[in-house]
Amino acid sequence: MSSTKYILGLFDDPDEMMNGIDNLQRNSVPIYDVYTPMPIHGIEAKLGIKESRLGYAAFMFGCLGGTIVFSMICYMLVLDWPMNIGGKMHFAVPDFIPITFEWTVLFTAFGMTGTFFFATHLFPGRAPRVMDLRATNDRFVIAIDAKGNIPHDDITNLLKQSGAVEVKHNDRKYVSYE
Amino acid sequence: MKTHNNFDEPFEFAGKVKTWSLVMIAVGVIGVLLGFLTNDGERTFANLLLMGYYFTCVCLAGVFFCAIQYAAQAGWSASLLRIPQAFIKVLPYAIVLLLVIVASGMFITHTGTDEEGHKAVVPYLYKLWAAKGLTTPGSENYDAIIAGKSGFLNKPFFFIRLIGFLVAYAICGRLLVKYSTEEDDMGGMFNYKKSFKISCVFLAIFGFTVPLFSYDTIMTLDAHWFSTMFGWYNLAALWVSGLAVITFFIIMLKKQGYFSWITENHLHNMGILMFAFSIFWTYLWFAQFLLIYYANIPEESVYFYKRWEPEFKPWFWLNIVINFAAPFFLLMSRDAKRLLSRIKMVAIILIIGHWLDYFMMIMPGTVGPQSHWYTEIGWIEPCVFIGFAGLFTFLVLTALSKFKSLAPKNHPLLQESLHHHI
Repeated sequence: MSSTKYILGLFDDPDEMMNGIDNLQRNSVPIYDVYTPMPIHGIEAKLGIKESRLGYAAFMFGCLGGTIVFSMICYMLVLDWPMNIGGKMHFAVPDFIPITFEWTVLFTAFGMTGTFFFATHLFPGRAPRVMDLRATNDRFVIAIDAKGNIPHDDITNLLKQSGAVEVKHNDRKYVSYE
Repeated sequence: MKTHNNFDEPFEFAGKVKTWSLVMIAVGVIGVLLGFLTNDGERTFANLLLMGYYFTCVCLAGVFFCAIQYAAQAGWSASLLRIPQAFIKVLPYAIVLLLVIVASGMFITHTGTDEEGHKAVVPYLYKLWAAKGLTTPGSENYDAIIAGKSGFLNKPFFFIRLIGFLVAYAICGRLLVKYSTEEDDMGGMFNYKKSFKISCVFLAIFGFTVPLFSYDTIMTLDAHWFSTMFGWYNLAALWVSGLAVITFFIIMLKKQGYFSWITENHLHNMGILMFAFSIFWTYLWFAQFLLIYYANIPEESVYFYKRWEPEFKPWFWLNIVINFAAPFFLLMSRDAKRLLSRIKMVAIILIIGHWLDYFMMIMPGTVGPQSHWYTEIGWIEPCVFIGFAGLFTFLVLTALSKFKSLAPKNHPLLQESLHHHI
């Protein structure tokens, strides 16, 4: 049995890569993932990728930030240490709104950054791992899980026919920038 | 995807829509006549001013929409530009109507109450600064604050400003429509470049003068009060309500079978704009409110004091709910912005919501509190609203039917718009 774990088809043109995806799908070869150096319009629909749930995460982080700071202000300015500011009542909601808004935005921004790092396995100080180094440069990469997808030569031929400039049979899933 | 679109099929304005818009105009006329006959002249005039202003603002939003699209060289909107262009064609009627309302409201007087509640002969509109003797020293009506403002706020200069601004907007709008229709016949980039230039000129003029336009028409109803946020607040209201009306027209025309090339992607963009600018409106509303609330200077807070009277307070809060909370929650998710029914619902909510917004700006300073909060909106208000809605529909659809093609077919970015996908 071959030790190949992933087959990578490297394209230098996005249209040829899209053609390659069609070609593989027509031949019922499941695609593991596709890596491109730039966003490509309509590729999610073609690959059947589920819509990102980042928006829901953002909403929840926003709610969290708003709630935390609003409770905090209420505790500080209403319960713990009420102060007379310009004769206003202590629970002066309009005054709290700008800060509530700011914290909502702050939590959303930080929360989304964190979620993004979590989802993409990127962490500060950790060298990012990718399936092919040139996927962030000038190559459009289709990755196919080699296990169960045999014969490998047929897949290689399909990729070559669609215009792949190089086909790699990798024994390891990731390469690291280190 | 459909690849062939028939742009040359003109819009045909007939049938039920025409009948109903004429019926609506009739309702409006009857409402206004009854308003005067039942001795509710001031309330009728206030409503006429409200709808005249709203009408003009929606038409101005048409010019503003086209100008922004040209100045930003936006492609997505190219295929729906005929709808705001139809609004532009209606702008001259709106201007004449507004000027007639403002002028007759200012020059026709009646025996009403002045600001202290005494019986006096005052004009129907702008009684706080346009009544006789307010700026004459020694007169019993003399008002030092108004006299101090009279260098700017006097009748001749008021009309010079109003007419000057509105005519300037109308000319820029007229040129945009002219270039676009010439482009249909000629093709090429010549007209597009000219549209770009006139759009930039319009945006510069509009940006500096629209606050003054709203100060003059609306803010001077409460002549002792001023707010520097008021102009931008009104611009936001103008823009949101304009976007809502454009969206509403797109959807209704699509249901009639026109504009088949406008897809949920274009509506998604309109939804984004309505959502974003509703938040912008709220931001400006709140910026005006918070500073006045926080500083609590009597000469400023009097404005909100009037609006917090029990007769207006429910409407005051409802205004925030339907203009901020409703679009915010109804249009937040991506899927919601792509649902025709949802977008239509929000557009209707915003059209009514910004009527209420203008209502809150105008009524406390003109008619003042009625007996109960629910009698603040009686039968005159809906009648005048329906009348103007009918008039607007009638004029816009008539203008739309005059276009030979329903898309600017030689617009250089038309293909981008037809293949717009987000």
